[in-house]
Order: sequence, then C-alpha cells, then structure tokens
Amino acid sequence: METNKRTCLYDKHVALGALISPFGGFDMPIQYSGIVEEHNAVRQHCGVFDVSHMGEVTIKGPDAEKFVNYIFTNDISGAPIGKIYYGLMLYPNGGAVDDLLVYKRGENDFFLVINAGNIDKDVEWILQNKKGYDVEVIHESDYYGEIAVQGPDSESVIESVLGIGCADLTFYTFKQVEYNGETIIISRTGYTGEDGFEIYASHELTCKFWDKLLDSEKALPCGLGCRDTLRFEVGLPLYGDELSEDITPIEACLGIFVKIDKNDFIGKEVVKKQKEEGAPRKLVGIELKDKAIPRHGYEVLSGDVVIGYVTTGYRCISIEKSVALALIDSRYANMGDPVKIKIRKKVFEGMIVARKFYKKSYKK
Amino acid sequence: MSKIIEGLYYAESHEYVKIDGEYGYVGITDYAQEQLGNVVYVDMPEVDDEVNAGEEFGAVESVKAASDLYSPISGIVVEVNEALDAEPGLINKDAYANWIIKVKLSEPSEVENLLDAAGYEEVVKNDH
Repeated sequence: METNKRTCLYDKHVALGALISPFGGFDMPIQYSGIVEEHNAVRQHCGVFDVSHMGEVTIKGPDAEKFVNYIFTNDISGAPIGKIYYGLMLYPNGGAVDDLLVYKRGENDFFLVINAGNIDKDVEWILQNKKGYDVEVIHESDYYGEIAVQGPDSESVIESVLGIGCADLTFYTFKQVEYNGETIIISRTGYTGEDGFEIYASHELTCKFWDKLLDSEKALPCGLGCRDTLRFEVGLPLYGDELSEDITPIEACLGIFVKIDKNDFIGKEVVKKQKEEGAPRKLVGIELKDKAIPRHGYEVLSGDVVIGYVTTGYRCISIEKSVALALIDSRYANMGDPVKIKIRKKVFEGMIVARKFYKKSYKK
Repeated sequence: MSKIIEGLYYAESHEYVKIDGEYGYVGITDYAQEQLGNVVYVDMPEVDDEVNAGEEFGAVESVKAASDLYSPISGIVVEVNEALDAEPGLINKDAYANWIIKVKLSEPSEVENLLDAAGYEEVVKNDH
C-alpha cells in the first residue's frame, strides 16, 4: 500500500493531539478541539488551517497568458498583475479536471493553486496540452507550504502577529512580500465564506508562521473537518463532491466562471451548449424538515422517482438545519418544490432551496 | 483515557448494554463518543420495534459522519431516550448515563456472548 504524504506541519498536528485522516493523498488534521468549536472560531474570530496539501504550479513564458486561457474556463486576458481568478480546467467533454485559482504574478507569469488529490493528474494534463505553446511549467508543490488564516479578525491577526501588512489587499488579490529574505505570497482568499488570507511560503517559514499564530492564541488551529462545514454552508463546491470528471461546471452552477465569449478553451463546445440550452442536471440546495442528516451519495426522490443524489450534506453548524447540496435532474430543479431524501431505511421530506445556507461575509 | 464501567456488557462495535432485570439499556461507549466527536443527531428506532443481536437498529451521527448502531442484544424496544432528540450532545457529556434505547430482552443469555469491562478494554487498546 502506498503511504500518504505529510505536510511540513504534520508533527505539530500530532503534538496538538489532532485527529488525523487521509485526504487527497495526505495524512491531514481533521480536527483539534472539535469541529463545532473550530467552525465557530472562524465565523466569529479567527482560525488557522494547514492547507499545505494544496498543489502549486507556475506557468510562464511568452505564451503563458494564451496557454492558461486555453486550459482555464475563466478569462485572464489583460488581467492586472496581483489579481486572482477562480475557474476550472475541463476535459473536452466538459467534465472538470479540477477547480483552481490562477494568480497573475507578472506579464506571462501565472501561479496556479490546485487540489491536493488532483496534483499528479493536473500536472500531467497541463504538460499534455502545452504542445505548440512557448511556456515553461514548473511544479512547485514540494516547495510551498500553505496556511489559511480565516475569520473576521484575520487582518488584524496577520498584521499584529506576523507583521505582514495585508489591509491593502482586496478580495481575490495578492502580493509578494519579502520575509526573512524569502519571497512569500499572501492573498485575500479562502474557502470558508469569511474574510481571510492564504499565505504560501517555504516549509521553514510556514512552520514559523504556524507557531507564531498558535503562540499568540489569537488564532485557533482548525482542521479539514470544519473547513468542509464552512465551505458547504456558503455553497462553495468541493472537487470530488460537487465537481468531478463527470460533472460540468454548468451543472455545478459555476457558469459565471466559464467565459464562453473568449477564444477557444478545452471543453468550450460542451459548456457553451449547456450554458445556452441548459444542462441535464443541476446542483440545488435541499432543506429537510427533520433533523436526519443527508450524506454524500444518498438518493434524492420526487414521488417514487430517483432524480439525483446528495453531493454534500450536514446538520449545519451555523444555522442548525439539516441541509444538502444535491445534483438532480434539471426538470425537477424548481425552487420551493418538495423532494425527498432517502436516509438509511427511511425517506425524509424536504424542499428545494438556494444553495447558500449561510451568508458570506467577504471584505471586498 | 476513555471510561469503561464494570458491570456492563460490551460489543466490539462499541455499544454497551446495562442489564436491569428483564430489561437492557443500550448505548454507545465513552470511547465511541470520543472517536465520533460532537454528536449532532441520533437516529433511533420506535417503541415496539424489534432489535436483534448484532443487527443495525439506528445510527449516531457526528458532524462529519454517520455510524450505524448495532444492538448487542435481542428484544423489543420499550423506550427510546427522547432527551437525545432535543440534545444529542448529551452522549458526549456522559455516554453511559445517556443510553439510547431500553429493550425488553427476549434472549437474556445473549449477554454471555458479549465482553466484560476487561475484555472491552483490550478492544479499545487494539483499536489504536
């Protein structure tokens, strides 16, 4: 059996008594003090996550902008330096290779942040498609550690504890700063629906930042458990749940990150058609009347007909309701319509609702 | 270190039964609640439902996951702990005081197939 990778902070997680589980090929901390406490810390104050499992790839060279635009659904042409774009890489059939962030570091110099579980596949995909483009692809996942500082107090915590000025960053922008003679990247991004930042640095510096934040007691260590409940409540997709090679971004309701008016990009034909004519399936929110908890893979029914399945479900922490994201037949995807979810042996009644169960509080 | 109480009977699937005459109180062990973390929902059977030793009778759910419950003994459910409906986290506070179902035993001798406190302690040790 292949052993899982570990991030540079692994020993610290073990020392903190974290519950460790495999995720995306890494042994990752799921929780420290408890999912509920960590979740609430991020909603109300500040939490710090080890997200060093995320992958990083630099694409640069004369054709970099053209090439990134060819493999990426969002439109980065003419973007200002320091801006970040969310989007997807697609297969020709419109299914998602991955969802990712693209940081514009310079003219024809882009920094891609990809999902841990997709690193090998993504890098291979990028290399496979760069034929004819004058670009250099540098895989940097082994160099970078990454921490996410999330929550309404993030800005003041980073400035006071780490001494990194970040008040000047607006939502989805970043800058490179010198720290201990090293160039680090800090961006106003995250995956929790709260204000927050992500910092990319060497392993050594990542460990230093982590220690400083924990020693200050101004940021609670948070695991992937609450990262998932936080992103779910605000309707952010997770590759493997709401996205996969069999799910298009239009089905996942990410159409605003798919620019069909730009030049050719891989998968364009299929997603253009779906955007114009509608997709066969649609991601919806479902709220149950009961407290029973819908989980990934459970069947969604209309009457006796199976119309889809749950992609993620929880007993929400911030709103105390049992809710799910579900991918269902578009013909049934009407707001307010009654649907049912089969949970173990019983069937529970629910209703189609908006996909955001909790309001985002970004600082834009 | 999780709590294991003398005098209860334990299943390897981390349920316990406390025998009181012809009745048994079934719940999950302290070790099980520790492993689960915050319990947010308990899916319980209904009164008069039949439960069978080794068979599923419900589930206890943490934020992250659902864990099936297996009855250590056979019988008829005579009471479910309705306090858990309103406050599932009671299981985290004291898993032994907060049993899940009360069962009228149909085969009292089944407890002989279960573990005592020392036997269950071994199971927990080997689970690490």
